[in-house]
Amino acid sequence: MTRIDAKFAELKAAGKKAFVSYVMAGDPDFDTSLEIVKGLPAAGVDVIELGLPFTDPMADGPTIQLAGQRALDGGMTLERTLEIARRFRETDDTTPIVLMGYYNPIYNRGVDQFLIDAKEAGIDGLIVVDLPPEEDDELCIPASKAGMNFIRLATPTTDDKRLPKVLENTSGFVYYVSITGITGAAAAKPSDVAPEVARIKASTDLPIIVGFGIRTPDAARDIAAVADGTVVGSAIVKLIEEKQPVADILAYVKSLADGAHSA
Amino acid sequence: MNDLFNSFMTGPDEKGRFGDFGGRFVSETLMPLILELEAQYEHAKTDASFWSEMDFLWKHYVGRPSPLYHAERLSERLGGAKVYFKRDELNHTGAHKINNVLGQIILARRMGKTRIIAETGAGQHGVATATVCAKFGLKCVVYMGAHDVERQAPNVFRMRLLGAEVVPVTSGRGTLKDAMNDALRDWVTNVRDTFYCIGTVAGPHPYPAMVRDFQAIIGKEAKEQMLEAEGRLPDALVAAIGGGSNAMGLFFPFLDDKDVRIIGVEAGGKGVNEKMEHCASLTGGRPGVLHGNRTYLLQDDDGQILEGFSISAGLDYPGIGPEHAWLHDTGRAEYVSITDKEALNAFQVCCESEGIIPALEPSHALAHVLKIAPELPKDYIICMNMCGRGDKDIFTVARHLGFDMGVEA
Repeated sequence: MTRIDAKFAELKAAGKKAFVSYVMAGDPDFDTSLEIVKGLPAAGVDVIELGLPFTDPMADGPTIQLAGQRALDGGMTLERTLEIARRFRETDDTTPIVLMGYYNPIYNRGVDQFLIDAKEAGIDGLIVVDLPPEEDDELCIPASKAGMNFIRLATPTTDDKRLPKVLENTSGFVYYVSITGITGAAAAKPSDVAPEVARIKASTDLPIIVGFGIRTPDAARDIAAVADGTVVGSAIVKLIEEKQPVADILAYVKSLADGAHSA
Repeated sequence: MNDLFNSFMTGPDEKGRFGDFGGRFVSETLMPLILELEAQYEHAKTDASFWSEMDFLWKHYVGRPSPLYHAERLSERLGGAKVYFKRDELNHTGAHKINNVLGQIILARRMGKTRIIAETGAGQHGVATATVCAKFGLKCVVYMGAHDVERQAPNVFRMRLLGAEVVPVTSGRGTLKDAMNDALRDWVTNVRDTFYCIGTVAGPHPYPAMVRDFQAIIGKEAKEQMLEAEGRLPDALVAAIGGGSNAMGLFFPFLDDKDVRIIGVEAGGKGVNEKMEHCASLTGGRPGVLHGNRTYLLQDDDGQILEGFSISAGLDYPGIGPEHAWLHDTGRAEYVSITDKEALNAFQVCCESEGIIPALEPSHALAHVLKIAPELPKDYIICMNMCGRGDKDIFTVARHLGFDMGVEA
């Protein structure tokens, strides 16, 4: 059982929805990024998605693209991204961390070595945007064997015929991308999301977390209400881009988490 | 010769792989779209009516077959091998790009798609796409790096005249790879009505195979024409490579003709060395995953993608088609690089000795011909792909030669 599985079991027992937040590792710089990540659990974050910067984030909107560039310009690497997880783990051994990014930096490191390093750093799961089930042999299956969750995105284009393939090797939770589009785009309506979540739930017992386009506590609550939880990324990253004080960023995260938890 | 068990022409496999290269490294949103595209293409490929429509338009709209031309004065000047040009620069829109665009747009129409998106670097693929969209009355959106929009103003204007919307891409560093990222982002957003017309033999499966199949008309014609002119196959093929579509088009029909030497020429920019000011993915890069496929890429120690550098905007891409990566690793084809300086020299030699103004892309191929031809015997035949004309490049060349055109370009 990974920290992710344990966290969702705990939330389920408490009858609570999950709040998942995304930040880019090393944005705006290593120290500030670490400070933000360390503050997330106290702000009510149940699962941390830690962005691994990449030069060509082809599924991300401008906000996360720029965050990745800031991180890379500041000398961020895969190794330093894992270092953030390592430092976080010094004081928190329960909040799950999902590393989210693209395949090339991982492939470049070598999958076997990466899995050893990531596990040692305290990473619990992976979301690798450009590895669909058709490429499961690359990383998904080795990661699962190494005891790490491989979390898959399901999207509005994932029809019933395809859904079993998407769910097949998925573990931890399912991330339902509520719109066809890039991160930070307009949000889907809860009334549109509900039947999609029901459709996926009919095929899996995994928790379904819904993301893309959520910016307000009310939206976090309304989306969480029709799923097992919600993810916010770009809206938080935007505050980092605006150089808001860490305390203000974490206060905003807390308002979103309270929204999701009130569902 | 065409031994089925030892053929280089059977790829890709059902996973879209050429050996370890290729594949389908895309987000889940796009996955159903590329599977649908693959199914539709597999169907069209064996449909005689699809190819008869292609043949008709290749002949009457593009102007195919393009001539195979013996560059006699150039051959004499070099004093060695007999050099032929496959003259794809004479196609409508001035390059080989339209061979592929026509195929993809006919397929898009069959699939009921009404909106076409494309990425472009120098603008040749963008112009070809805008052209065919105008012909069929389709909406066309072309993504082009903001930097390229500036330096390729004439092609931007052409696309706009042809009714296309040109979107300057400022994400990343604003180059061809960023234009491809933004085209993919558009496609992820507009999945229902949009067809992504990729301009080279890269991207997720089935693009590398599909674009190759459409460009293979170049090699098929060259083979027939060479047999007619010389009664035999050439000894060597030479073509320039950015993503590698003109080269793949020329090479593919010859892959199982083991006696034909195959040479791809990458853009060496300021020189292939640790400064990485080049676009030679095979000679100066290593395998990685970008834009839906595994192939050789220019990247740093951390797996971050580097910008290419070349005088030729059409070769300015940090990757290369996966089939080339495979041909490289299997040794079936050789890959070399040519610097900006060598390409500029070849550009001028071609103008002076043949009365042909070549694009900077085939000038790289020609520069390699200039290197090897003098040492080869007179009965050695080289077939080089003259894949584009140089009208678009005269401003760049003038600047490098210190000639004041009196206009900003």
